[in-house]
Amino acid sequence: MEDQQLFTIAIYTENHVGLLNQLSIIFTRRCLNIESVSASASAIEGVHKIHLTCFSDRRSLEKAIQQIERRIDVIKAFLYTDEEVVHQEVALYKVSTQKLLEEKNLEEIIRRHNARILDITPDYTILEKTGHSDETESLFQELKSYDLTQFVRSGRISITKSPIELVDAYLSSQEERRKRLTHDD
Amino acid sequence: MSEIITGAEAIVRGLICEGVDRVFGYPGGAIIPVYDTLYDYADKITHVLTRHEQGAIHAAQGYARASLRTGVVIVTSGPGAANVITGLSDANVDCTPLVVIIGQVNSWLLGSDSFQETDVVGITQPISKWTIQIRNSADIPAALAKAFYIANTGRPGPVVLDIAKDAQTGTLEWDRYRRCNFIRSYIPYPEVHDTDLQVVASLINSADRPLVLAGHGVMISGAEKELSALVEKADLPVASTLLGLSTMPSDHPMYKGMLGMHGNIGPNVNTNRADLIVAVGMRFDDRVTGELDKYAPNAKIVHIDIDAAEFDKNVKSYVKIHGDAREVLHRLYPFVREAKHTDWQKSFDTCAKIETEKIIQPELCNDDPDGMCKMGEVARKVSLAAGIDPILVTDVGLNQMLSARYFRYTAPRSIITSGGLGTMGFGLPAGIGAKMGAPHRTVCVFTGDGGIQMTVQELGTIMQYGVAVKIIVLNNNYLGNVRQWQALFYNNRFSQTPMVNPDFVELADAYGIKAENVEKRSQLDGAITRMMEYDGPYMLNVTVDECDMVFPMTPNGCAVDYVMLSKDEIFDVNTLND
Repeated sequence: MEDQQLFTIAIYTENHVGLLNQLSIIFTRRCLNIESVSASASAIEGVHKIHLTCFSDRRSLEKAIQQIERRIDVIKAFLYTDEEVVHQEVALYKVSTQKLLEEKNLEEIIRRHNARILDITPDYTILEKTGHSDETESLFQELKSYDLTQFVRSGRISITKSPIELVDAYLSSQEERRKRLTHDD
Repeated sequence: MSEIITGAEAIVRGLICEGVDRVFGYPGGAIIPVYDTLYDYADKITHVLTRHEQGAIHAAQGYARASLRTGVVIVTSGPGAANVITGLSDANVDCTPLVVIIGQVNSWLLGSDSFQETDVVGITQPISKWTIQIRNSADIPAALAKAFYIANTGRPGPVVLDIAKDAQTGTLEWDRYRRCNFIRSYIPYPEVHDTDLQVVASLINSADRPLVLAGHGVMISGAEKELSALVEKADLPVASTLLGLSTMPSDHPMYKGMLGMHGNIGPNVNTNRADLIVAVGMRFDDRVTGELDKYAPNAKIVHIDIDAAEFDKNVKSYVKIHGDAREVLHRLYPFVREAKHTDWQKSFDTCAKIETEKIIQPELCNDDPDGMCKMGEVARKVSLAAGIDPILVTDVGLNQMLSARYFRYTAPRSIITSGGLGTMGFGLPAGIGAKMGAPHRTVCVFTGDGGIQMTVQELGTIMQYGVAVKIIVLNNNYLGNVRQWQALFYNNRFSQTPMVNPDFVELADAYGIKAENVEKRSQLDGAITRMMEYDGPYMLNVTVDECDMVFPMTPNGCAVDYVMLSKDEIFDVNTLND
């Protein structure tokens, strides 16, 4: 068995109903557990970008990627290690405002973690922290002892460090092909 | 000039524009509008009413594989949809182009557990090449065009259109039908580069023990001639997968036999002696590779396939050529040098000699007139009596393995069998479709007493349309293949494999199908002659010995060169090393 590590999988797809299902069943079949998901419109019109993280070995995920790319509605899929991408996630925390006022070191914790305050009411305060999952996690651990009432973490999003934009290149070559075909028609 | 038509009308007109003149199906509540339209187009589209939706989809598979055209299936929602699942899964794994049109409840009822509603998209996505739900009439023409394009390009497969009833009854503006030839996220025929082909050619040119593995993909891409030309030039022995059988005629000097669990000795044993394997349009299924860790240890592997997802899935390849087999083989030809591999070729002959003596002769050359027929003997005799380029359609089990092994193939696309999924009940309906897809060829359906009863209702379809299939039931009153495993590996504990069967001749008679029993060898030749001379469907119910098994056999979990010649004898690989 190869070494296991957390991989980021970036998938560019058409924006069709049921796409996430098509992708998730590929993981289910291979008994791969998805750690996080994030899906949204990409910078390219009509193209959706889905980020998944998965803890596994490279070979298993390469096979999954091949099967993902085989799906008709998938444009491209990529497998990255943490070194190949800049990645972030967002976490939100709801703490008691009363505690915030009473406990002196709470302010210090917020400063140290570079967290932002998004909303304050007499009852609660909502904090936001952006970073890697170990960073959002460490703030969570510290806030646990101060009446933390809610904590939520987003899926990972990422951008590649490579200077080559493979999806753009693929789409423009496909656009050329489409023009040739329409011309032949 | 545009006109306003219903969605159902658009579906039928679209089918006609795609060149469809035959569909297989079964009506029901959610698909009635399409059936109502088909009534008006009976002169252009022949609808074949099977007796069960599973029969419809297997018939469409047989049709598609015999004709290379896209098979079309029309069924209703809920149970109709659920009944085509086995066929979808089968077609998906055996690369069969199908467009499956499934009625769905009215769109406003979707998701409410309404009558005859099932989650077709959710169920079919993992076992189809593409699935779409259509809720608006206006979306029908484009979706249909896309479906046909996807189904029968690249690696073919089944496509599902889940069409809400109100999309069928609603209207749209129709001017002309536009066939699809482009999808942004889909490249069916990838570009092949000469530099990669030169690498392959140099491997072939320098190999001492090259072996070509021909899969179903060779026939799908129509590359039979290109394959023959290449292997004749470079003197390359060819072994085929089960679905690749008939790629080359059985008597071609370069053709060495079938791979896999019950394949021929030479191809299996020499897989592990080869120094180069060139796999074309095949996917290294576990039935072909045996134990992966011990597979082809001495060979560099070149994998040529149109589906990139197959590369390195089971077997790591040294070079991968992502492309259409026909184009690849055609362009590879000039780079490959003429060569001779005399000793290597001879090693296949050595294997064939041993196999003939130990296995084939006893299967084919028993002359006891009162003995029960051997399954292989029946298959060989039927194939020789069946006229020009007959097609073998099989069910699954011993009937499949033995008929596949002993049928003589003279032309491509001569075997239609459920390879990947191993679907019992496939044979009879697939035979119906095959005969309709290749009406001028004799279609011989080999099935067992178990398999035929899984879809035996399709005798009604044969009756209704007078489909001239020749049905051979190899009847041992057992689920024979499971019985073989029970005999070999489960200490003769025949758990739930004996079967009490009906009188198949009387059953056929009830459907107006001519049939006769063959209980001993002396009856076989006459019965085959009568079957072949009869102009119409015919059934032979051939009694075979329950103790008969298929050999050679590479048991599960063994290396491909571990070949059982019988229950007690293993092939000695050292005979080849002298």
